[in-house]
Parts: sequence; structure tokens; C-alpha cells
Amino acid sequence: MAQLTETRFAYGEALLELGRQRSDVVVLDADLYKSTRTVLFRDAFPERFVDIGISEADMVSTAAGMAATGLIPYCNSFAVFITGICYMPIRTQIAYPSLPVKLIGSSSGLTQGPDGASHQSLEDISLMRSLPNMVVVSPADDLETRQATWAIADWPGPVYLRLGRYPVPRLLDGGYRFEIGKAKVVREGSDVALFATGHMVWKALDAADLLAKERIEVRVINVSTIKPLDEAAVREAAGRAALVVSVEEHSVIGGLGSAVAECISEIGHAPPLLRLGVRDEFGESGLAEELLGLHRLTGPRIAEDIRSVLRS
Amino acid sequence: MVTVTDLARLQRKAAEMRWRIVKMMGPGKAHHFGGSLSAADVVTALYFHKMRYDPANPQWPERDRFIMSKGHSVPAQYAALAMLGVFPVEELPTLKCLGSRLQGHPAMHVTPGLEGCTGALGEGLSYANGMALAGRVLGLAYRVYCLLGDGELHEGQVWEAAMTAAKHCLSNVVAIIDRNRLKAMDETECGKALDPLAVRWTSFGWATLEIDGHDMAAICDALDWADAQQQPSLIVANTIKGKGVSFMEGQAAYHNASLNEEQFQKAVAELEAAAAQMEGA
Repeated sequence: MAQLTETRFAYGEALLELGRQRSDVVVLDADLYKSTRTVLFRDAFPERFVDIGISEADMVSTAAGMAATGLIPYCNSFAVFITGICYMPIRTQIAYPSLPVKLIGSSSGLTQGPDGASHQSLEDISLMRSLPNMVVVSPADDLETRQATWAIADWPGPVYLRLGRYPVPRLLDGGYRFEIGKAKVVREGSDVALFATGHMVWKALDAADLLAKERIEVRVINVSTIKPLDEAAVREAAGRAALVVSVEEHSVIGGLGSAVAECISEIGHAPPLLRLGVRDEFGESGLAEELLGLHRLTGPRIAEDIRSVLRS
Repeated sequence: MVTVTDLARLQRKAAEMRWRIVKMMGPGKAHHFGGSLSAADVVTALYFHKMRYDPANPQWPERDRFIMSKGHSVPAQYAALAMLGVFPVEELPTLKCLGSRLQGHPAMHVTPGLEGCTGALGEGLSYANGMALAGRVLGLAYRVYCLLGDGELHEGQVWEAAMTAAKHCLSNVVAIIDRNRLKAMDETECGKALDPLAVRWTSFGWATLEIDGHDMAAICDALDWADAQQQPSLIVANTIKGKGVSFMEGQAAYHNASLNEEQFQKAVAELEAAAAQMEGA
């Protein structure tokens, strides 16, 4: 088994390096700097770090003021808080004028685990995706997280970067290049087009391995930028497959599945779409693996669901 | 220290600003008269006296910044910017019209001279803090002035921002509360009580001063007082909502209201008479 890394750890290291390279990067955190891994930046650059306390809305509004003055602020909290508590100031003060504030949602999704529904972000992509000017990035592994952490600094507008505390293997090879707005095929296959984001890219690849043993060939596409969606890649993959599937550690309402549905609904004679994710429910306490199993977001469960649709 | 000549000039500017506010709003359309008029003296003192600001170069990095946290009162700021020549005064009557650069609430990416987007109440002071913190990081010595509504203080984020400014000792932040004692529907003390207001801010770590928000000399002196503070400073400017138009003064109904032609003409006549009196003085 390859070494497993949580994307938040890759982010913390990449942010530290970014701080060394760019003096205009500032970091704000709301009393979670050890969890979000901004502690590395804090220790290296205390004059460019603000621990604002447990006041996330104040944090993002403060960051907006810093961005308006020419700095590139990275704002950090758990995904559920930074998108939920802060929705209004993000909307008015960041998205509306398109200020380059980077919103980092850590510990996202079900795999946040034991803390339960209050801490499990299952609607964050939906909230951020609906805002004009907002870019939504959800990297698959540590390599892509590092590249995305750097790439979003150069993006002229606001970005929501969704990270996790679930250990995942390195999925992308050393030559991989993350680009905002580009979906990348990570496994070829002609029968099924499987769009995955974040931790689910790993599970999608597992499902594709299982299905290949039954001669069902699955193309897996890593949609690490959910907005702007790589519509050309979605149309191209969907146009060649008998079945389109989306899988995300998020509600099936408003996230990747919705984005794919919106895109392929404009194709004449689009193949059927199976949206896998959390089915309009809240989470609950449990271990990450238990929760993924319960919501059928493991390789074997994803393979089962695809198999049953193909056979029906 | 403001001179007697300056004081007369500022009082004339404030009178002109009130006239421009009502003229740009016009009859037959709902506008935020009350809070724009109550804020006019403070906005005048800032733009025409206190702030280091070059209208020919509104993006000058070392300029002082003004954030209208009570975004619905932005017509007062529009009037100031137009009177300074940042954009033409002829543009003022396009306020809230389709395609106008003068949106109903501040849009920094649309209107020249605006420093932020507000409109959802409670967010402006945090933003001002961010500008002040950025000044430290960038080594720029500007000051940030933030005008808040008193009703706006019901929003919890204001108090988060108050704690942040005190914690970081942001002596370059000056918050001014337009204490007109009315919010959209009725008195500010309905829903949540604000008094003792200055005492509350003092307990949050701010230097505080309470003044008559229509006394130009007092406003100028208060802004000078803020320069000398070693902590963030708060000025409670006691004002009258709708100041300058007799039938609007102290009436919550004119927070956001539409005037008929007769009311509009009466308001304009009163403000023109006041301006003429200033000219004569």
C-alpha cells in the first residue's frame, strides 16, 4: 500500500512554501490552525498571520479588506463553517467585487467523522458554486493539493478550496499538472464515464478496477475544478459512454452531480446519469470508513451501484 | 484644528451635500433619505477636511480609506465623490437606475472612489480592520474611517470586529456611529437596547468620544482627537435622522420612502434655503 496523506497536510506544507516565495500572501485562521495546518505558516511568518479567534464571519470580512489593499489572503476553517457561517460576507464583500480571497474549507465531507452532522460539510460545494465569480476546487490527493494551493494564488478572483482529513494515497503521477478549470482523465475506459472529485477519485478508481474484472470498462475523470466546470471534457466523455456517473462526498443536490447534470442535459440524446453521494440527508457520528460504507461511497459499493444500473 | 474659514466652508459643503442627496433621489421612487441626511455632516468632514485623499488619484496607495458600513446611506458618499470630481455630478440622478454606476448599495467594482462592498449590515468594520492590518503588512501609514449605523450594531459581527480591532490595537481605525436612534421600522432600542453605547465600546477596548454629529467643529475636533489615540477610536455622533428636511426629521418612516412631487419640492426648497443662508453667513 502506498503511503497515505491527508490533503490538509499537503496544503499546510505548500502554504509554508508559498509564504517563502510570495510576500503578499497572508493567512487568517479562526482558532483551528493546528487542524487546518496553517500552524506551519504561523510559526514561519507571524507578521503575516492572523488568528482572529472563533469568529469566522469577521475573518472573511477582514480578509476582504486585506485583499482590497493588494494582499492575497488565505482564510481557513472547517469547510462547514467557512461556507455556512460566512456565506453572507463572502457573497457581498468577496464574490460580488471578485476580490482574490482564498477560502480554505478543511475537514470537509463525511470523512470529518466522529464529530457528526454539525461538523460534516455536505452542502458547501453547493453554496459556493452558486456564487458568481467563485471558483470551486476540490483536489484528489496530496500532489494535486500542493499544486492547487499554489495555482489559486495566481487566480485573480475568489476561490473555495475544499480539503479533507482523510488519508488518501498518491493517485496522480509525477508529471500531473493541475490547471484551474481542467478535468483530467485518470483512467481510460469506454463503457462508463465516471466523474469524481476529492477523496472520491480514489474510490472511483477502486470501483473501476473491480468492474474491469467483469469487462466493464470505466473511464475515471478527476473533476478537481467543479466551477468553472470543464464542460468540454464532460461533454466529450459523456458523449462516448453508455452511462454517466458522478461521485462526491457531498449532497447529490448542488454539487458535482448537479454540475454534470446541468451540463449534459444540454446534449441531445445524453446517456443516463447516476449521481452518487449523500442523498439529501445529514451525516452522523462514526468513523470515516463506516460513514463512507453507510452512504455507499466505497469502491465496492460504487461498483455495485454502477453494475445494477447497467443490468437494469 | 479647524479654522473659522474652514468651518464655514465645510458647513456650506454639508448644506450642498444634503441638497444633492435629495435632488439625486428625486420624487416618485423609494430612497434611503433619513440615514443619508443624518450622515451628511460626518461624511463632509471626512472628505472635505480630514482624509488624506486625492480626487485625481482615487487609487493612491497611501490615501485614507472610508468604508460606508451602513451601505444604504451611500448617497451621501456619492454626493461627496461627485462634489470632489471623482465622477461628474451630472451622474448623481442615475442613482439606482438600470445600468447606472451608482448602485443602491456600495459596489466598489462599479463606482469610482468606493473602497468596499456593503449593504448587508454588520460587515464593514471587519473590512476596515482588514484594510488597517494590510497597511501594517505593507508599511503604509493610512487611516481607515468606518461609518456604522446605530441599528446596525444589532448585528453580532460588529462586536466580533470591535474585539479584533482592540486585540490588534488598530489605532489607525476610526469608527463613527451615526447615532440617529432610528432603524428601518422604529427606535433602535426596540429589539435590542444599545445604551449605554459608548460605555460598551469602552469596555471592548476602544477610546470613545460622544459628540453632536451635526456640529461641524465638534466633528472635526473629534477626528483630530482620534489621531492621538493609541487604540482604535470610536466616535458616537448623535444625529437626527432626516436632518435638514423638517417633515423627515426624527421620522423612521423616511428611512426608506418615496416622496410625492409636493414633498420633494418642499424638501428641496428647505435645503436650498439652508444653503443660501450658509452662503450669506
